[in-house]
Amino acid sequence: MGEDAESPKINHTFLRDYVTEADVISTVEFNQTGDLLATGDKGGRVVIFQRETESKGELEELGETGDSGEYNVYSTFQSHEPDFDYLKSLEIEEKINKIRWLPQQNAAHFLLSTNDKTIKLWKVSERDKRPEGYNLKDEEGRLKDVSTITSLQVPVLKPTDLMVEVRPRRVFSNGHTYHVNSISVNSDGETYLSADDLRINMWHLGITDRSFNIVDIKPANMEDLTEVITSAEFHPHHCHLFVYSSSKGTLRLCDMRASALCDRHTKLFEEPEDPGSRSFFSEIISSVSDVKFSHSGRYLLTRDYLTAKVWDLNMDKGPVETYQVHEYLRSKLCSLYENDCIFDKFECVWNSSDSVIMTGAYNSFFRMFDRETGRGVTLEAWRESSKPRAVLRTRRVYTGGKRRRGDVGVDSLDFTKKILHMAWHPSENIIAIAATNNLYIFQDRVNPDMQTQ
Amino acid sequence: MISSEPDLRFPCRRSYDRDGNKITQTRAPPRRKLLFSVRKGGRTAADVWRDDMFTKGTKRKFSDSGEEPVAGGDQGPPLAAAAAAAAAAARTLSSTYSLQRQSLLDMSLIKLQLCHMLVEPNLCRSVLIANTVRQIQEEMTQDGTWQIMTQALAAAQCPADRLVATEVLCRQTDPAVQAGHSPKPFPEEGYPAGEAEAVAAMEGEVEAEVTMVPQLAPSASYLAGPFGVGPCWVGEEEEEDEEEEEEEECDEDEDSEECASEEGEEGERDRLSASSRTADQVFGTFEIKHPAAAAAVAAPPADPALEELFSDVDPSYYDLDTVLTGMQAAPKMGPYDLLESLSSHGPSTLGSGASCRSDLNELDHIMEIIVGS
Repeated sequence: MGEDAESPKINHTFLRDYVTEADVISTVEFNQTGDLLATGDKGGRVVIFQRETESKGELEELGETGDSGEYNVYSTFQSHEPDFDYLKSLEIEEKINKIRWLPQQNAAHFLLSTNDKTIKLWKVSERDKRPEGYNLKDEEGRLKDVSTITSLQVPVLKPTDLMVEVRPRRVFSNGHTYHVNSISVNSDGETYLSADDLRINMWHLGITDRSFNIVDIKPANMEDLTEVITSAEFHPHHCHLFVYSSSKGTLRLCDMRASALCDRHTKLFEEPEDPGSRSFFSEIISSVSDVKFSHSGRYLLTRDYLTAKVWDLNMDKGPVETYQVHEYLRSKLCSLYENDCIFDKFECVWNSSDSVIMTGAYNSFFRMFDRETGRGVTLEAWRESSKPRAVLRTRRVYTGGKRRRGDVGVDSLDFTKKILHMAWHPSENIIAIAATNNLYIFQDRVNPDMQTQ
Repeated sequence: MISSEPDLRFPCRRSYDRDGNKITQTRAPPRRKLLFSVRKGGRTAADVWRDDMFTKGTKRKFSDSGEEPVAGGDQGPPLAAAAAAAAAAARTLSSTYSLQRQSLLDMSLIKLQLCHMLVEPNLCRSVLIANTVRQIQEEMTQDGTWQIMTQALAAAQCPADRLVATEVLCRQTDPAVQAGHSPKPFPEEGYPAGEAEAVAAMEGEVEAEVTMVPQLAPSASYLAGPFGVGPCWVGEEEEEDEEEEEEEECDEDEDSEECASEEGEEGERDRLSASSRTADQVFGTFEIKHPAAAAAVAAPPADPALEELFSDVDPSYYDLDTVLTGMQAAPKMGPYDLLESLSSHGPSTLGSGASCRSDLNELDHIMEIIVGS
C-alpha cells in the first residue's frame, strides 16, 4: 500500500513527545504518615504509591529510622468518569482536581477525591489473608458432600498475595453549581469543606445528601461579579477556622462560631497595592492560586503568579515574607496573557518544619526557599537531566550579569512544561513533583544523595 | 432617493429595502480597522508590547494607522474622518501606550469569546479577563478616547448595523452622555445585557446575536456565535497548516470565526440557552453601567428598553434563516470586518493556546487512528 512508502517521510518525533492528555497529573498528595502518595490525573484515575519499608525488626537492630524510601505503585482505580450535564448541555470533566487523605483510624485508608462537581470518599483496604479450612465448602467454594466430613476443623487465616481493594464509600454530589477547586478535611475528623468559584460548602463525612453552605460570594446580579474564590483550607488545629483566597489577591479568615454564613470575614489579609508597579495585569497576577496553612497553624503560604508570600495570621496588613519565584517574567506578561499562561495555577507547599517553602515554575523548574536565610534555589524535574540517585544540581535563569554555563535564557523557557502540582512529605524531606504526566520523587538524605524515580 | 442596491460604503445586512424589495446581498469590500490597525503581515499585539512600552518607542508611527483605513478599500470619507479625529485625540497620550492598550482590549475581547463550549469555561479566567477589559474601558473613558472611538464607529456605520455596538460603547461610562439626556444620541436604549451584545458587535457576530436576543432571555449570550466546537477547531488546525499560503492572518481567523458562528448558530439553540447562564456570568461582568452608579440618569429597565431597542429595526433581522443565509452568502459584511480587523493582531497564537486543551481530546482520537492502535 502507499502508506508504507510514505511512512519514512512522516516525522515521528512528535509522536514520541506526544503526551496523552488523560495522563497529565492534576494533583499530588501525601497521607498523614507519608507512607502513601496519591496522584490524580486528567483521565479521572487515581494512582496510589506506597513507600517500601524494610521489616521493622531489622530496622530496630540497625538503629535506623529511615527505610529504603522507594515508592511503588500500590493501587490504581478510576475515581471519576466523564459526565454530562444535560441541563446545560455541557460536559463535566473527569479530571481530578484535588485529593485529600483522611486521618487514619483503622487498618483501612480513606481519601477524598473531587472533580469539578462531585466529591467521592474512597476506602482503600488491604487483604493479605484469607480463611482456609471451611467445613462445609472445599477450596474452590463448592459445597462438600456432608457424608465425607469426618471431623470438624476451625478455619484459619492463611496469608495470600496482597490484594488492595478500593471501594467508593460515599458520593457527595449536587453540592456545587460551579467548579470545585479545593477540598479540605477538618481537624475534627468528621467534616470537610469543598470550595467552588463562588461558594464553600461544609459536609459531614457520613452524610451525602446535604451540605451546609458557609460562604457565598455570588452577587445578586451576576453582572456585578468581579471576584471568585480560588482556594480554601481548614486550619490544621482549630476546627472552627478556615481561610479562603480570591482572584483579587485577598485572603479571608473565617470563624464559623461567629455566624452560620461566613460571608463576613473575621480577618482580611490584603497587601496594599504598589502604585508604582500598576499595570493592566496587576489584578491578574495578584490572583492567589493556592493557600496553605503552615503545620504550626500560625502562618499562611500563598502563591500568586510571580511570588510566594508568607503571612502571619496575627497580622493582616501584609505578608511577612515575599519570595520572587520568577520575577523575570514580569516584562513578558503580555505574551503570557496572550497564550493564557498567566492564568496557570501553581501550588505551593511547606516542609515538615515550616522552615522551607516550595513552589513550581516553568521549564520544569521548581523553586525552594529557605525561610531563615531568605535564599531561593531553582531545581529541575526533567527526566533527561536527572538519573536515579543523581544529585540534583541547581539551575539558573539568566537575567543579566555574568552568564554561567547551564544558565537558561528567559526566551528559551518552555512554557508548556509547567510544574503546577507538588507535595512534601509530612515528616521527612521527600518531595513529589508532578511534571505533566511524570511524577518525580526526590529525597534528601543527611548526605546530599538524592533519589529520583 | 432610496436605491435598492446596497450601499457598498456602508454594508448593511438588510435583506429588504425600504420598498419591500428583496435585496441580493453583494459582498462588501473588506473594511480595515478603524483606529489602530496592524498592517498586513504585521506584528502581533505581543510584539507591540515587547518593545518595552514605556521606555522605547515603537517603530510604527502613529500616522501609519491613519493610512491604514484608506488603504483597505472603499472606506468612504466618514471613516477616514473618524480615524483622524481619534488619532488627534489619542496623540495627546503616548501613542505606544494607547496602541498597546487597544491591542490588549482586542485580545481580551477575543479571549472572552473563544471559550470551549464542550466544557463550561473557567469562571476565574473569564472574570479576570472581564475585569481587565473593564479597567481598560474605564481608562479610555477618562482619556476621552473611548467616546471618540465610539462616535467614530457610530458615525461610520449603518445605525441598524451598529446598533448595539454604539449604544454600549457610548453608555453611561461616558459622563457627557449620562448627564445630557436619558435617551442616547442613538435610537437604542441601554439594557443590562447590552454590553454582551456590544462585545459581540465588536467581534463581528452582532447580526446573529441581535436576532437571537429577542427570542431568548435578554442576557442570553452571543456565545453561540463564535464558539468553536470540535469540528471547528479541527478546521482551524487545518488552516494553520496552510499558514504559509495564507498571507493574511486575519483571513484565517475570519474563516474560523465564520465556521464557529455557523457551528454555533445552526441548531445550537439548546446550547445557547444552556450556556446563557454561563454567558451571564461572563458577560455580566462586562456591565460597566450600574443603574445605581449612573446617578444622573435613571436607567431604563431591561425589557422595555429591549423592545425599544428593536422597534426601529427592520423585523426581517429577526429571521434567523435570513441571518444564516446572509452569513453564508456574504460572510464578510460590516461587523464581521471589525472582527477581522481586531483579529489581525494575530490571535492565531491565541487559538492554539487558549483552545487547544479541549481539542486535545480530539487530537487524542486522531492520534489513535494515525498510530493505528
